[in-house]
Amino acid sequence: MPVITYREAIRHALAEELERDANVVVLGEEVAQFNGAYKVTEGLLAKFGPKRIVDTPISEAGFIGMGVGASLLGIRPVMELMFWSFYSVAFDQILNNAANVRYMSGGLINCPIVIRGPANGGTNVGATHSHTPENVLANHPGVKVVVPSTAADAKGLLKSAIRDNDPVFFLENTILYGDKGEVPEGEHLIPLGLADVKRAGTDLTIVTYGRSVLHSLAAADLLQKEHDISAEVVDLRTIRPLDIDTVLQSVAKTHRVLIVEEQKPFASVGSQLAFMIQREGFDDLDAPIHRLTTVDAPAIYSPPVEIEQLPNPQRVLKAALELMT
Amino acid sequence: MTKKPSATADKKADDSVPSASPSSRAAINQQLGKEARIDLFRTMMRIRRFEERSLRAYQAKKIGGFLHLYIGQEAVAVGCCSLMGKHDHVITAYRDHGHAIAVGMGVNELMAELYGKATGCSKGKGGSMHYFAPDRNFWGGHGIVGGQIPLGTGLAYALKYKGLKGAAMAFMGDGAVNQGAVHEAYNLASLWQLPVVFVIENNGYSMGTSQERSSAGDLAKRAEGYNMAWGTCDGHDVYDVRAVMDKFLRLAREESKPAVVEVRTYRYRGHSVADPDNTYRAKSEIEEYRRTKDPIQVFQNTLVAEGVLDDALIGQIDQAARAEADAAADFAEASPFPTPDDIQKDVYWEADHPSERKSQGRLFFD
Repeated sequence: MPVITYREAIRHALAEELERDANVVVLGEEVAQFNGAYKVTEGLLAKFGPKRIVDTPISEAGFIGMGVGASLLGIRPVMELMFWSFYSVAFDQILNNAANVRYMSGGLINCPIVIRGPANGGTNVGATHSHTPENVLANHPGVKVVVPSTAADAKGLLKSAIRDNDPVFFLENTILYGDKGEVPEGEHLIPLGLADVKRAGTDLTIVTYGRSVLHSLAAADLLQKEHDISAEVVDLRTIRPLDIDTVLQSVAKTHRVLIVEEQKPFASVGSQLAFMIQREGFDDLDAPIHRLTTVDAPAIYSPPVEIEQLPNPQRVLKAALELMT
Repeated sequence: MTKKPSATADKKADDSVPSASPSSRAAINQQLGKEARIDLFRTMMRIRRFEERSLRAYQAKKIGGFLHLYIGQEAVAVGCCSLMGKHDHVITAYRDHGHAIAVGMGVNELMAELYGKATGCSKGKGGSMHYFAPDRNFWGGHGIVGGQIPLGTGLAYALKYKGLKGAAMAFMGDGAVNQGAVHEAYNLASLWQLPVVFVIENNGYSMGTSQERSSAGDLAKRAEGYNMAWGTCDGHDVYDVRAVMDKFLRLAREESKPAVVEVRTYRYRGHSVADPDNTYRAKSEIEEYRRTKDPIQVFQNTLVAEGVLDDALIGQIDQAARAEADAAADFAEASPFPTPDDIQKDVYWEADHPSERKSQGRLFFD
């Protein structure tokens, strides 16, 4: 199986869907001539031309709203946010228009847009560039939210997202762009709303997604080697729709849950997970649900300290051990 | 309630109202046959009577939330929408009843929507501000001031992408012109030469704030800063609306050039029905406009002078419009409400098309 980077996986997904459907258009800041701020769209302009790969001015509300409007007439825009942090300047277009036009029209309309880009801290870019808004997005009925952790997942999920007839928000991670992984050849589609057990285990369930999956897997190795504790790592892959059944099955097996998320704590994705797990899996729990999140403050700049603000393998290990005692 | 000067009440034309505008000589108006002219008049009358009937329904507590009436602005929607070709599209803000009727939506489903009934055009899920008719190229009905304008630019983008010779008309009020999203949409439209005509229905007030207190500089003229063509017209004169808009619609369709058009109009009622309308303008101002510039009266005088309308026909059209609006209210009254089971339908395309659903997992939560 070919080994490619997470970045290449996304690029291949875009290229394949651009090839497949003439209505797919990639829009965003620096996506064309600059080859992408993070080189995700490198080479696409040369292959598909300026009608399909479109450089926009710095105008998130404008071009995202434009994409929503175009999708009403059958265009399938895949719009890049250079940082998902910039979603807030287009909030009304994303979470009022895209999320609601179907409902307000009584189902006459649908809005098949994709918005993609990196949503992460850990790169010392400070409080306004480090947002991870999957919880804010997922709070809105009408939208779908996807956070892939590996190259294979990124490719399969992005292709599904582009073909999806509802608005799909695809949250990547700049730190994962260079990660290599095996990605199947040929048509590789992963359905939205299907979690993946990345590591089987018996003693606790770590529920997580995005880069925290990798921290959790590293911590699981340490738990096994240094403490003889067997952790199961469940990667949600999609936040909404949510595959809670895979999580509950894991909890039924291990009876202890640690949620690991690169989220500020209040009303995070984990808050929703914890409610659902205790509501639907109460009898399977041998301990209160535990959670490891970003430290509750705006993203700090100072490089070594930011590492301690976010989930990392040592923090995950410590939280797991707290759960087990 | 004071009797408004209605078409049937005025047996002779009011001398202060002009009866022939220069725009009547424009080719786009000259080429209208008699029936087409009557139809313009009829549509404006139907809007007026629908709005009056929905006001009464609101006062009788049949309608909840907001009701933003189009009374006084009828010539704008009718004039603009009468120019629509197969590939032209319309999007507007929340004062959308006039546009909905002008594109040909049925008043039964419009009134039922106001009543929140399942037979409403949006199944009772949208309400007054959210009328949609994709099959008539009408894309709403939007609540956030200016929020619809980037969408309008998107309609134009799609037309150009598909190589269709059409134009998008993106309507807004004078209150929207200062929203950031509008400026972003202007820039994109001009930068990419998209076939959109931005129509500013300037009724002089943004809720209770006059243009003078809201906006620095002239409204449509701002287009110059974006290298866009612009124009103005009299929104109380349906011929003038048609003459001016025709020019800019051709520019959009044939040359894919955007424009901004400011249409001077007026609303007799408050911003919404909840607006007491007693803090920001004098009653005399409203009466003066009604007396001298009412768009229905103006066009009635014009068509009488042209020999197209007479008292009998005017009476017939007025009666029919009232009857139609009353029948719509009866239809709405008799219709069922949606049920709580309907609340979570029409949220996701996938959930509404379960046999075609590819995703798994839970789309909804408790």
